[in-house]
Amino acid sequence: MAAKPKLHYFNGRGRMESIRWLLAAAGVEFEEKFIDTAEDLDKLKNDGLLMFQQVPMVEIDGMKLVQTRAILNYIASKYNLYGKDMKERALIDMYTEGVADLNEMILQLALCPPGEKDAKIALIKERTTNRYLPVFEKVLKSHGQDYLVGNKLSRADVHMVEVLYYVEELDSSLTANFPLLKALKTRVSSLPTVKKFLQPGGQRKPPIDEKSLEKAKKIFKIK
Amino acid sequence: MAGKPRLHYFNGRGRMETVRWLLAAAGVEFEEQFFETRDEFEKLIQGGTLMFEQVPMVEIDGMNLVETRAILRYIAAKYDLYGRNLKEQAWIDMYVEGLKDLSDMIMYFPLSLPEEKDMNLEYILERATSRFFPVYEKALRNHGQDFLVGNRLSWADIQLLEVILMAEECKPSVLSDFPLLQEFKARISHIPTINKFLQPGSQRKPPLDEESIKTVKNIFKFERGMFLKNMATIVAEY
Repeated sequence: MAAKPKLHYFNGRGRMESIRWLLAAAGVEFEEKFIDTAEDLDKLKNDGLLMFQQVPMVEIDGMKLVQTRAILNYIASKYNLYGKDMKERALIDMYTEGVADLNEMILQLALCPPGEKDAKIALIKERTTNRYLPVFEKVLKSHGQDYLVGNKLSRADVHMVEVLYYVEELDSSLTANFPLLKALKTRVSSLPTVKKFLQPGGQRKPPIDEKSLEKAKKIFKIK
Repeated sequence: MAGKPRLHYFNGRGRMETVRWLLAAAGVEFEEQFFETRDEFEKLIQGGTLMFEQVPMVEIDGMNLVETRAILRYIAAKYDLYGRNLKEQAWIDMYVEGLKDLSDMIMYFPLSLPEEKDMNLEYILERATSRFFPVYEKALRNHGQDFLVGNRLSWADIQLLEVILMAEECKPSVLSDFPLLQEFKARISHIPTINKFLQPGSQRKPPLDEESIKTVKNIFKFERGMFLKNMATIVAEY
């Protein structure tokens, strides 16, 4: 019997959160080993477990996978969340990378110097409502199906819904003009394993607060 | 009969160069449509073929593919450069994602502020020789094979060669402590399709010079001091 995947990261969202979402949507139970101090991270490095001295790292199927996208690609392929052929995969990849670009902007906000924060937030809001969400709303409208690609749940839907949560955390009005995306969010959130993930006690992580940010900075030696 | 893939970008390396390398290595002929000014770029955006208003974009098999990784994955899978199974794919993905971190640093280097240039170059070379190249040297040493994954040519090998050559442009002796990478470089460069791409007159692009930096800055409206701000994956010591 295969062991559960084991996720190595600090106890927060960061770059591991999209992996947690994908595993949850795939219905895969996973364990987490949290890095709490710089010494914990050093130990992982010194034990030779991190190919590029970086996390996220996921132990799965006898491998120690690193690089967020490598990990996500593996999980998506293994659990049939990556379309049925190359063309569907291409669409899924385009959508996924677009969502990742938006997600990256939001992720970087935590590390933004205070003086630049307002400008960055304004840019995120502008990009969300003018560049990214319209694309996906249009896709759903054009085929009228429940999911973005191939009339079936794929990683594109999971990443999209994750980012919709973050967008709404930033400003709940941002999704107001995107009814089909809101419906997708509800649909994916209602899937039994996702629902469980999102409930209190589930493995979804909350937004980072001052204290956890300070802790993360210490672990990763960010000034 | 399908048309040749058509690449939309400016006439320089940027994020399109790895796409050119992959197509060339696969022996696939391709066309290029360059934009040279902000106006031409905006015209392309208004044409509606750029899903997120960004390039690279590649017209291939009836699709307008955007997002570098989406493009590269499609090409790699189509031309059998993506491993034979899921585990090989995972190894290739890890290797190419590591290489991308390094090549992004090198790509952004010409956009450094003048006062940062020396420091940034030192950082790039330190990372290349202590974090990245050791991984690939070790991989080759461990299995003793000619290629990084599965004993056959893959996307990982092609991109490693590309990045080695970029690093050598920063410092010619950068591989001095990596004998297996030196052999790898020679070996992969001699593969006929790749060798052809390395010859003068091929579609391989040169590094940015004074002129082309100006052009790029005008087209894409970069802010000052792009280097560290764009090191999204390397912002921390992690």
